[in-house]
Amino acid sequence: MDRVLMKGNEALAEGALIGGCVAFFGYPITPSSEIAEYMARKFPLLGGTFVQAESELAAINMVYGGASTGARVMTASSGPGISLKSEGISFIAEAELPCLIVNVSRGGPGLGGIQPAQSDYYQATRGGGHGDYHIIVLAPSSVQEMMDFAITAFDLADKHRTPVMIMAEGTLGQMMEPVEVRPKVTEFVDKPWAIGGCKGRKPNIVNTLHLDPDFLEYRNHVLAQKYASIKAQEPRAENFMTEDADLVVVAFGLMSRIVKKAIIEVRKQGYKVGLIRPITLWPFPAEPISQAAEKAKLFLSVEISMGQMIDDVRLAVNGRAPVEFYGRIGMVPSPEEIGREIMAVAQKEGLK
Amino acid sequence: MKTVAQRPQSLTEVKTHYCPGCTHGIIHRIVAECMDDMNMRENAIGICPVGCAVLAYDYFNFDMLEAAHGRAPAIATGIKRILPDRCIFTYQGDGDLASIGMGEIVHASARSENITVIFVNNSIYGMTGGQMAPTTLLGQVTTTSPYGRKKEDTGFPVRMAELLATNEGSAYISRVAVNNPANVIKAKKSIKKAFQTQMNGLGFSMVEILSTCPTNWGLGPVEALEWLENNMIPYYPLGEFKVKEA
Amino acid sequence: MSSEQQVLFAGFGGQGVLSMGKFLTHAAMGVGKNVSWLPAYGAEMRGGTANCLVTISDGEIYSPLTENPATAIILNRPSLDRFESKIKPNGTLIMNTSLIDRPPVRKDLCIFQMPVNQIADEHGGSKIANMILLGACIQKMTLVTVEQTLSLFELIFAGKKPGVIDKNKEAFLFGVDYAARNW
Repeated sequence: MDRVLMKGNEALAEGALIGGCVAFFGYPITPSSEIAEYMARKFPLLGGTFVQAESELAAINMVYGGASTGARVMTASSGPGISLKSEGISFIAEAELPCLIVNVSRGGPGLGGIQPAQSDYYQATRGGGHGDYHIIVLAPSSVQEMMDFAITAFDLADKHRTPVMIMAEGTLGQMMEPVEVRPKVTEFVDKPWAIGGCKGRKPNIVNTLHLDPDFLEYRNHVLAQKYASIKAQEPRAENFMTEDADLVVVAFGLMSRIVKKAIIEVRKQGYKVGLIRPITLWPFPAEPISQAAEKAKLFLSVEISMGQMIDDVRLAVNGRAPVEFYGRIGMVPSPEEIGREIMAVAQKEGLK
Repeated sequence: MKTVAQRPQSLTEVKTHYCPGCTHGIIHRIVAECMDDMNMRENAIGICPVGCAVLAYDYFNFDMLEAAHGRAPAIATGIKRILPDRCIFTYQGDGDLASIGMGEIVHASARSENITVIFVNNSIYGMTGGQMAPTTLLGQVTTTSPYGRKKEDTGFPVRMAELLATNEGSAYISRVAVNNPANVIKAKKSIKKAFQTQMNGLGFSMVEILSTCPTNWGLGPVEALEWLENNMIPYYPLGEFKVKEA
Repeated sequence: MSSEQQVLFAGFGGQGVLSMGKFLTHAAMGVGKNVSWLPAYGAEMRGGTANCLVTISDGEIYSPLTENPATAIILNRPSLDRFESKIKPNGTLIMNTSLIDRPPVRKDLCIFQMPVNQIADEHGGSKIANMILLGACIQKMTLVTVEQTLSLFELIFAGKKPGVIDKNKEAFLFGVDYAARNW
């Protein structure tokens, strides 16, 4: 299969089309606008739907509507826009509608900056909106994964009837790498719950209001069971040079690749360092980290934030080793910088 | 030597980041001149948008506030209710005012908030790279209407001045353009009248200013001014749509 | 990893710096390498700074960014001020003297200079300035050969009018020749 040089955002959009996406609803925001622009060019030619909504708030509600028909639909935005979508995401999760939400993440809080960041981790993995719910969160680290995860996201969304978020640092959306274009998805699950006209069946209702307190509790238990099932089946992570590692770095997204380069250089200096890269941020892959905690002497969470994923690393390590943090804001740190930090931390703990 | 022209006091000396030929420069200047003429610099509070003018707080020489996208009229409300004797204005583009901020602007006008809105309409989204705006004309090519805006697909461009003029709460609504010197002079007069409306406590005022975006229209600065005259003015007529006398 | 090379292109927004990097990325991919192209720019639509880093490797590319590129192609003075000190020791600096009014400070770099804007004005206009510089760079660097690049023009410029491709090829070869004679 020939490789095509593609921008991350465009690879993701193309992946969604390959995965059977028929509608995009969104609003321009740096650094995700290219996804909207790609869909604006393609959908008129393919017969799908592109709508530039009046706001991100309107867009997520268009997604709610589109998803309720059983169609594969998506939206894309960045920090401030995802915040606007929080109410809608809570609704979609409770209504158990599948959809894809993309966060090409930038620095915050507030209007923040347009440089890449990973500081929406809490927002993504703790639901983001009100109430007891979760969404599946995937973190790609390459342009190829931007395409592949878009396809996977729709499959997971349909399988579990839940919103799926792809969270990628802004840089990943902007950079170009060769991509193997995947074959079109042709198999889709049935959706008997969808609305679309009740001919030949009892009417379907899509709602999230449950005034009866017992029923509300019941609904929360239903959702909790679903999340338990997702936690059992779907955590994904990658282990890199962890077999003999004294120091295990945990990092996700493009950041994880920078860490890999740093680790390769640092190993030349005699340090035994490895990386565990969460691919699903929710459900968090606690298992490989817990296993590594049997042997490793130190964990280092490296994030483009003030430290959010470190909470989940600490939970997985469960007190068996110290967990340190290194992070930057407003830029992706270089492999040279990460290498220096790894060695400094390792030396401090007497690991060599 | 007599000074015949100088930088308005209400503008800072910071070099702006606007593109060559962008009319934000002209608009900033005439707003600042109004502030100077009316001796209001120290009484003024401006609220800038998310858009190319997001850094306007560095260019105006008085108190300035940054707003989330579209929310400036609500923020202006919060300030004006607490400090009713100040001159409060928002400075917004078409995404900020007519798209995400549509709810806020309609209600600020309906509530007759005593604020002034400077609405820069260049029928495109500048800062984010040239996407379609609610004010984009039919047939106009943008990055999210790559085959030209079609009414079957996305309806019709919004005429904000006419829309808001129908609200009883609107006290002064006008549309001007800055495509030639005569129009720039008229635009400044209208902006002054809007500020006067606010200071006289008459209610909500807005001046919609037809402007250019050479970079995203793909035209040179002079061609862009011609494009404005030939394409925007026919659809967005100039004039005063609501005038409440004192 | 020693097969990995990184080239920084830096100039001002609107100067075509990002396109130059894309061209090199396409060319390297066309000869079967692993590649990545990483842009960086400010919020302004024009002016401001723009740069991109191209990584070319026979193996897997882990990091598409670096603090210290081995080669830097600098198109204006502010970019030289910003990046000169970051180039790897004994690295390569290619500079556009039309828009850079000082000599480099570092003594360890291999330095190649071209008055790109002046040459472009004399030979077809500013639109092909970047192509001229690219020709010179590709002639000098060992990332892809001139022959390989020429054979990829049709692919890289797919969809553009034939006149455009010819014009760019001509500019490219002019740059190749300039480097062969002067660098």
